[in-house]
Amino acid sequence: MDRPLFRTEDLTVFFGGLCALNKLDVEIGRGEIIGLIGPNGAGKTTAFNAITGSVRASSGRIIFKEQDITQWPTPRIARSGIARTFQNIRLYDDLSLIENVMVACHSSVKYSFVEAITGLGRFSRDELRIRQKAESLLELMGLMDSAKAKARSLPYGSQRKLEIARALALNPDLLLLDEPVAGMNPNETMEMGELLVKLHSEMKIAVGLIDHDMGFVMRVCHKIRVIDHGIPIAWGTPEQIRSNEQVIRAYLGSG
Amino acid sequence: MESDKKPLSTTAARDRILTCTSVALLLAFLYYADNHFSEYNLRILNNIAIFIVLAVSYNLINGVTGQFSLEPNAFMAVGAYTSAILTLSPEEKLRSFIIEPIVWPLSEISLSFPVSLLAAGLVTAFVALLMAIPVFRVRGDYLAIVTLGFGEVIQVVANNLVPLTNGPLGIKGLQPYTNLWWSWGFCVFSVFCIVRLVNSSYGRSMKAVREDEAAAEAMGINAFRIKTLAFTFSAFFEGVAGGMLAHLITTISPSLFTFLLTFNLLIIIVIGGLGSTTGSILAAAIITWSGEWLRVVEEPLNIFGFSYEGIPGMRMVIFSMLLILAMLFAPKGIMGRSEFRWKGLFDRVAAVCRSRRAG
Repeated sequence: MDRPLFRTEDLTVFFGGLCALNKLDVEIGRGEIIGLIGPNGAGKTTAFNAITGSVRASSGRIIFKEQDITQWPTPRIARSGIARTFQNIRLYDDLSLIENVMVACHSSVKYSFVEAITGLGRFSRDELRIRQKAESLLELMGLMDSAKAKARSLPYGSQRKLEIARALALNPDLLLLDEPVAGMNPNETMEMGELLVKLHSEMKIAVGLIDHDMGFVMRVCHKIRVIDHGIPIAWGTPEQIRSNEQVIRAYLGSG
Repeated sequence: MESDKKPLSTTAARDRILTCTSVALLLAFLYYADNHFSEYNLRILNNIAIFIVLAVSYNLINGVTGQFSLEPNAFMAVGAYTSAILTLSPEEKLRSFIIEPIVWPLSEISLSFPVSLLAAGLVTAFVALLMAIPVFRVRGDYLAIVTLGFGEVIQVVANNLVPLTNGPLGIKGLQPYTNLWWSWGFCVFSVFCIVRLVNSSYGRSMKAVREDEAAAEAMGINAFRIKTLAFTFSAFFEGVAGGMLAHLITTISPSLFTFLLTFNLLIIIVIGGLGSTTGSILAAAIITWSGEWLRVVEEPLNIFGFSYEGIPGMRMVIFSMLLILAMLFAPKGIMGRSEFRWKGLFDRVAAVCRSRRAG
């Protein structure tokens, strides 16, 4: 069997004396969609932050494409192929949509700042390439009509889509989505589900997903990891999770 | 696809022609000014050019990259001293440095003005690089503190490192090399460079760091490198501007480069619109010019029989009032964060024409 694209081994994060995440094990294979669920404060976003390097792991390892990325700085992790979105949308509000996406293309830009100033060398070709790429991603997310508008002027649902377009501009192998359908209506949620399936089938991108919309998670994910108070309590297919005693107790209380 | 591309390239060509035409008009104006303007008005024009360079480069780090810093006075001092020491002739150095002679290799060196300006820029950029490496390793407002402190340190150094700076006596007898062509030529050059940089992927990354540093890093942008680039780049232009100023006023001393300079520039970029290069240019021109023009209120006047004796410092009172008014009625400055575009100008003219016809 193939080695998985991504895995964590005993990933643990302490905030002072508080254990936010305790020995998390997750495996994501190429082209898999994995859900990470749990009650509020369970440590889901902390897990994402630790994976992308914005919070340092206290112990444990993160392995991506056979490399130990645990101590890497955030930009390097991003360039190696892990892109993410944020739970509380974090766009570059004052930039236009197209600029938002083009920013994420910066790591693929080959021209130096001297070429940028003189306009010589690879500048024009590279600039055209990333502009076209950004346009095709906006097209994919259905945002091309407002490409020149500022990000802050977008409605909430479109902002979430723009975050995904921006993340895709990194050419990721693994896409981490932090509550992609939070605050969306059933229609938008449905669209987002179709989009994820499309990404998965066309681009072969592996997806890690956090969400509270159980219907959505159960529908799109291949496997689900459940955590509670930082402690992993279950791992399995949506059917297994649905009938897992411990999971039900974590969500509904032990009564 | 073909038909899609064509109108784009024709508007681009039109914009390029318009830009070249306006630069040519500027040259024609400078030629006229050079031959007809009084010494006093020429000095104002030179000052405007130098302040445009300063404002635009200061805006790059403060407005575009969003890193609050207070460095211009320090970097101008570095640039001014570097170029002044390099252009002064050996005989002049012997005459000026009366407390202690200048150190050996420098006492023999005398370089041409453009080479000394380049050296001023490079030395200043190097100093900025040395500051950036420790400061940008950590997030937060350390840059403001460090640059403010550096401004004070540089004055102490200039006062006490006598064999290099001639101490509090300063350096006198510089050749007045800076003329309209140098100052405005460099002004156009620096605006061109900074606009090109801001409109490239590097500039977009700078703005992304300003908007949300963590999100920029999550998209693969090395914030440390981008901030260092912006800071070093603006330092280069501030250093050259310092060298220009030294050869415009021909005398420099430590007391010339006080924090007040930085403060004035801060007012300029805030009034222009933090983050807008166009705004910085406009505000630098307006404030430098009106600062001179407002001298009227400090001189005795006689209006319709009323005699007014003139109050020294009245200029500053008016300035403060203007600043308060600007904060009240245009808190985002003249331009906000938008930039001048030929298309924007045409659209605005068209809109005015249409409303005229309708009205």
